[in-house]
Amino acid sequence: MTATALKHTVSTDTWQPLCAKADLVAFSGVAAWLNTSEGPAQVAIFYLPRQRSQGQEKELYALDHFDPFSNANVIARGIIGDVKGSPVVASPLYKQHFRLEDGQCLEDEDVKLRTWKVAFRGEEVWVEK
Amino acid sequence: MATPTKLIIIGNGMVGHHLAEQLVESGALERFEVTIFGEERHRAYDRVHLSEYFSGRDADSLALCEADYYTNHGITLRSGEAVTRIDREQQTVITAQGSYPYDQLVLATGSFPFVPPIPGNDSEGCLVYRTLDDLDAIQAAAKNATNGVVVGGGLLGLEAANALRDLNLDTAVVEFAPRLMPMQVDNEGGELLKEKIEALGVQVLTERATQRIEPGETSRLRMVFQDDKVLETDLIVFSAGIRPQDTLARECGLNIGERGGVVIDDQCCTSDPAILAIGEVALWNQSIFGLVAPGYQMAKAALSTLTGGDTHFSGADMSTKLKLLGVDVGSIGDAHGTQNPGARMFRYLDPITQVYRKMVVTSDGKKLLGAMLVGDNGAYDTLLQYYANGIELPKEPASLILPQQSGAAPALGPDALPETAMICSCHNVTKGDICTAIDGGAADLANVKGATKASTGCGGCTALLKSVVDHELEARGVEVDKSICEHFAHTRQELYDIVRVEGIKTFSELIEKHGNQDTHCLGCDICKPAVASILASCFNEPITDAAHVPLQDTNDTFMANMQKNGTYSVVPRIAGGEITPDKLVVLGQVAQKYQLYTKVTGGQRIDLFGARLEDLPAIWGELIEAGFETGHAYGKSLRTVKSCVGSTWCRYGVQDSVGMAIKLENRYKGLRAPHKIKFGVSGCTRECAEAQSKDIGIIATENGWNLYVCGNGGMRPRHAELFATDLDDEQLYRTIDRFLMFYVRTADRLQRTSVWRENLDGGLEYLKEVILEDSLGINSELERQMQHVVDSYQCEWANAISDPDKLKRFRSFVNDARPDPSIIMTSERGQLRPA
Repeated sequence: MTATALKHTVSTDTWQPLCAKADLVAFSGVAAWLNTSEGPAQVAIFYLPRQRSQGQEKELYALDHFDPFSNANVIARGIIGDVKGSPVVASPLYKQHFRLEDGQCLEDEDVKLRTWKVAFRGEEVWVEK
Repeated sequence: MATPTKLIIIGNGMVGHHLAEQLVESGALERFEVTIFGEERHRAYDRVHLSEYFSGRDADSLALCEADYYTNHGITLRSGEAVTRIDREQQTVITAQGSYPYDQLVLATGSFPFVPPIPGNDSEGCLVYRTLDDLDAIQAAAKNATNGVVVGGGLLGLEAANALRDLNLDTAVVEFAPRLMPMQVDNEGGELLKEKIEALGVQVLTERATQRIEPGETSRLRMVFQDDKVLETDLIVFSAGIRPQDTLARECGLNIGERGGVVIDDQCCTSDPAILAIGEVALWNQSIFGLVAPGYQMAKAALSTLTGGDTHFSGADMSTKLKLLGVDVGSIGDAHGTQNPGARMFRYLDPITQVYRKMVVTSDGKKLLGAMLVGDNGAYDTLLQYYANGIELPKEPASLILPQQSGAAPALGPDALPETAMICSCHNVTKGDICTAIDGGAADLANVKGATKASTGCGGCTALLKSVVDHELEARGVEVDKSICEHFAHTRQELYDIVRVEGIKTFSELIEKHGNQDTHCLGCDICKPAVASILASCFNEPITDAAHVPLQDTNDTFMANMQKNGTYSVVPRIAGGEITPDKLVVLGQVAQKYQLYTKVTGGQRIDLFGARLEDLPAIWGELIEAGFETGHAYGKSLRTVKSCVGSTWCRYGVQDSVGMAIKLENRYKGLRAPHKIKFGVSGCTRECAEAQSKDIGIIATENGWNLYVCGNGGMRPRHAELFATDLDDEQLYRTIDRFLMFYVRTADRLQRTSVWRENLDGGLEYLKEVILEDSLGINSELERQMQHVVDSYQCEWANAISDPDKLKRFRSFVNDARPDPSIIMTSERGQLRPA
């Protein structure tokens, strides 16, 4: 087996297709199931289409759908915004803000949501397990 | 702990209540076991605003405290139990029910109305004006009357005349002196006052001494005057001054003044050291004080005496600012110039606009000794500060009372006031106290009010207080930033105007053109829902349209209310609370099928809880099929119009309140506003729909509808205020159209009508001018804007379920159709609830 082939096998193992691009809602979130090494997880996928006038780097973010403050799976249904320059989602229940980039809660430094790498592959959305 | 002192307060009027309040607030209460006796059946109420009883306020809204205030603080209130005797030997007070021992006794028995000794003054139809029961008697007598006379043209007499006018009687005022309000105004002022009051349709007869009252020919009674002229009338209200209610004190041998009143010293002690007296029953330095502010000051002095403090009563300023029958009258200090030999006077009289102002100054023209105002109290606050603080007058003192155009009138800025300047005399708050409150962290007007109680008594100092607070905040470099959030340097009102004027229809266009340049262009959970609400108020496009979707709170996004476990509750509209049995059955069937917990709401609807996100479209499909539409329980918008059953069924109802509630709910459903809006419609004055606790309250009258506005239940209850009376249906819609649109246009984000109203400069009067008199010339525009909302209404749920794209959002997971297994329910009382 060549080194190139080995690398290819690894990457198909760690990344998995999640949903279609058409399932996403621009400037908002949807929830999906993801199989991780620790078992199935609910993830919230946020889609911020790149805009002409700004230098924002990423279009897609994946975080825990689970809200640790309410113990309910609701994060994907929060409002997207930016606070002090960072894209965030506000929990729809008690309104805490979580940074999309790293899941950090802005109101409580001890609370952080898990994040996953996520990217478009053609018309599909892929996530790293 | 020592045995608490047994303290009895006789009298539960404004001053007696104030003492109780002071005891509570000072923390001294734990040292006392307090019993209060009130002769009247009502707990303490606001006698200053008594005349509002006939323009819509009831005993409860006039009450000075909540019904459970005394009990909550461990005070015993014995209402409707008159004290018949005080036994000073035994230190007990005796009532028909029993006797009660005291260690300390406070007399706050107030005063009673003076009825001149005229033969026939006890005829049927002869009444007095002092208590709520008196007012009930006047109201009862007015039922079969067409006209009424008030004997007495002073402050209370004119109040009583206003009350008779509110009862739709032809009203006359008979005054013994040559002019109205002889204590407060001079001949010129009295003449002007008479003209203004006669212009309101009230007949004014001065220099009339009534000789006798006898049965009338055309009316029930006839008054015969000193010149044998007569006046026929159906009822007579005596309001010719007050006398101290000192009977108990007399009978137990306390020192009484020559012309009545219990003699007190600076500590408010009577001749018996165990007994104190405060308020209108007390005679201090040969004077009875017939105003509430001095009574409050006595209450403070009495508290100090009871608790071993050293606050004394040292007299009180009798300056007063009134609005009688809608006419401003103000009197400051030595208004007649009779107490200061050598005093000089400035007078300004405008016979066209009917304004009279007079200043009494020292002979050198440097200090103000007194002032008198009729027709316009605009200068009162400034003049009072010059007087009360001995501030040197400007070079040309006349400029203070001349019209603004004829020269720069030096308004006395708040910075010119000394620290000792009294801002609120009801609660004894000085400018220094306000500064202390601000330095202690009170960063706005509301907080200063909360910390100092300033302007929470008669409210006369509201404008002055605001200017002092604003000035002091500014002086401390506090720039009150009213930007809605970091993305816009605008208030909600400004954003609303921008959207209207520029016709901006999307959030992205608004933030691109008017957002802050140094932030990203995403907005946040503050500005996005606020802008979504503004766009909906203006253009009423479906909130589920693609451009608006990312702006909405989850409740608006899914058109249901998210509950704590991530499920939703569903509330279909049940206009006016009226529902057919068939529809009721459907609600039950839907709830059974989708396993929903059901509860009746406070707004006369049925709430279905526990709906899973993916079930919402199917639930709504069935509801819409049965004729339901969305109830907007999730939106900052019209919620419900609560109604009583009205004249259709109720033997007391005078109008069809259910029919009106349904019409109103259907007219305003879907209107998005800064916050939720609730209505109530009652079919008669019994008010079973509790309309006075709503943003918009409507109460049926014999002639149409009375409209109340800006009430609230919830955390900070507020009675709605009477806004307009006897409207017909069309007038009612038009007035509400304007009112709501004006609120939508000018309120802050998430500001209910009650808070909006409390922050509105100019208050209710201003609101009336704008809405009823069109003082801003915007009413036709407001009506047009409302009509657009009404015409463009569509049920958001009907719109969504007909659009497969919109329904895609109602999936718990985009890659799995199974429900969320983490939502676990358990059973309680036969229904499901979150585990």
